[in-house]
Amino acid sequence: MLRKLIIVAVLVLVTGAAAVYVLTEPARVPTAILAAHTPNLDNGRTMFFAGGCASCHASSKEDRTRLGGGMALHSPFGTFYAPNISPDPADGIGRWSEADFVSAMQDGTSPDGRHYYPAFPYTSYQRMEPSDLRDLFAFLKTLPAVAGKVQDHDMAFPFSVRRGIGLWKLVYLDGTPFRPDPSRSAAWNRGAYLVNGPGHCAECHSPRDSFGGIRAGQRFAGGPNPEGEGWVPNITGKGLAKWSAKDVAYMLETGELPDGDSVGGGMAAVVRNTAQLSAEDRAAMAEYLKSLPPVDGPPRPARR
Amino acid sequence: MTTRMMLAAAVLVTGVTVAAAQDPIAERKATMKANGDQARIGALMARGEAPFDLAKAQAVFQTYADSVAKVKGLFPDNTKTGGDTAADPRIWETMSDFQAKLAKFGQDATEAKAKVKDEASFKANFSEVQKNCGGCHETYRLKKS
Repeated sequence: MLRKLIIVAVLVLVTGAAAVYVLTEPARVPTAILAAHTPNLDNGRTMFFAGGCASCHASSKEDRTRLGGGMALHSPFGTFYAPNISPDPADGIGRWSEADFVSAMQDGTSPDGRHYYPAFPYTSYQRMEPSDLRDLFAFLKTLPAVAGKVQDHDMAFPFSVRRGIGLWKLVYLDGTPFRPDPSRSAAWNRGAYLVNGPGHCAECHSPRDSFGGIRAGQRFAGGPNPEGEGWVPNITGKGLAKWSAKDVAYMLETGELPDGDSVGGGMAAVVRNTAQLSAEDRAAMAEYLKSLPPVDGPPRPARR
Repeated sequence: MTTRMMLAAAVLVTGVTVAAAQDPIAERKATMKANGDQARIGALMARGEAPFDLAKAQAVFQTYADSVAKVKGLFPDNTKTGGDTAADPRIWETMSDFQAKLAKFGQDATEAKAKVKDEASFKANFSEVQKNCGGCHETYRLKKS
C-alpha cells in the first residue's frame, strides 16, 4: 500500500513539474513568419518616442540616443536595472535578429530564451504592429553603440526565479494584437493604439494586484506610484473630468497642467518623449483618453 | 464700516500675513500657486484660446521673476517636512543645484519679459521659460496628484 502511495505521489509530482515546465516555456516568434520588410526610419523614430524607450534605457537625461541603460527601477519585488539596448554587439542588441527583437517586445523573451521581467512593459508592447516593431528596431540600429554591460537585477526570492515569470505571463500576457474599433474615428483608434501599445500609459496609471499585474477593472484609474513614493493620477473620465482634449494634448507637448502647474516625477520624462511626436498623434492620444469612462481608482491614503 | 470692524479686519489681515511669514512652507506653496495661476493665463494665450495681451504677458514673466526672489530663502533646514509639503528631500541634499535652477528660472523670466513684443515673440519665449517648471518639478517635487 505504502509503495503504491509513493508511486502515485512521485507520478503526481513529476507530472506537475512537467506541466509547470511546459507552461513556463518562454515563447518566441519564429523567424519564418516575418515577411520581407523595408524599414521606415521615420516611423521607427515615432515608435521610439511613443514607446518612451529612452526614459529607462538612455544612460543620461541629456543624451537620449545613447541607450547604454543602467537606470534603477525600484519595485516591491526588487530592483531592476534597465539593460543596454544600444547597437553595441557585445553589450547591447547589435547582434540581435529582427525575430529576436519582436520576441522580446511581444513575448517578453530574450534571444537566449529566458523570460524578461514585466518591468519591461511587453504587456503593452505586445499590442504593437510587427511592422512598427521592425521599424523601431531599424531605428535603434542607427543610434550610437554604447559599451558596457549593466548589472543584473537585484530580486528577492522567489521573484529571482525567472522561469516563474512563465506562470505570470499565463495570467497577464494575452498575446492579442491591437484591435481597432470600427465604430470610432481613425484618430481615436490611432490614439488607442499609441496609448495602449507603445505608450504603455496603463503600466503606471493603473493599480496592480499583489502579483504585480494590472487590475483590469481599474485600468487607467491611477494608484500608488509603483516606483515608490507618491500617487499616480487617475486618467479615466474620473480624473480628467475637468480637462479638455486640448488640455491633454497640450500637457503631452509641454508638460503643463490645466491649472498652470507642471507635471513632475516620471511624467516629466514621458513628456520629453511625447513632445517629439506629431501634433496629430498627441491629439489622437488625447481624444482616446478623454473617451475613457470614469472609473474610481483605489482610495488614496491621506498624506502625512 | 465702524472703526471697530476696521480694527478687527486689520488685526485679522496682519495675523494672516504674520502667519505666512513665519511659515515658509505655506509661503512657498502660495508663491508657487501664484506662478501656476499666471502659467494658466500664459498657456491660454500661447494656445490661442485667449487673446494676446502684452501687459498680461509681461505680468506672467514678472510674477515668475519675483517668485524666485521670494522663494529662494524659503527652504531652511527645518522645513523638509510638515505642512503637507510636496518638496522632495533631494532639495536639501543638492541645495546648490536647486538654487542654480531657481536662479536660472528667474533670469529666463526677466529676459523673456524684456523680449516679449507681440504674440509670436510671446509664444516663443513662453515655451522656453516654461521648461524651467518641469525641469525642477521632475527632480525636486514629490508626486502630488
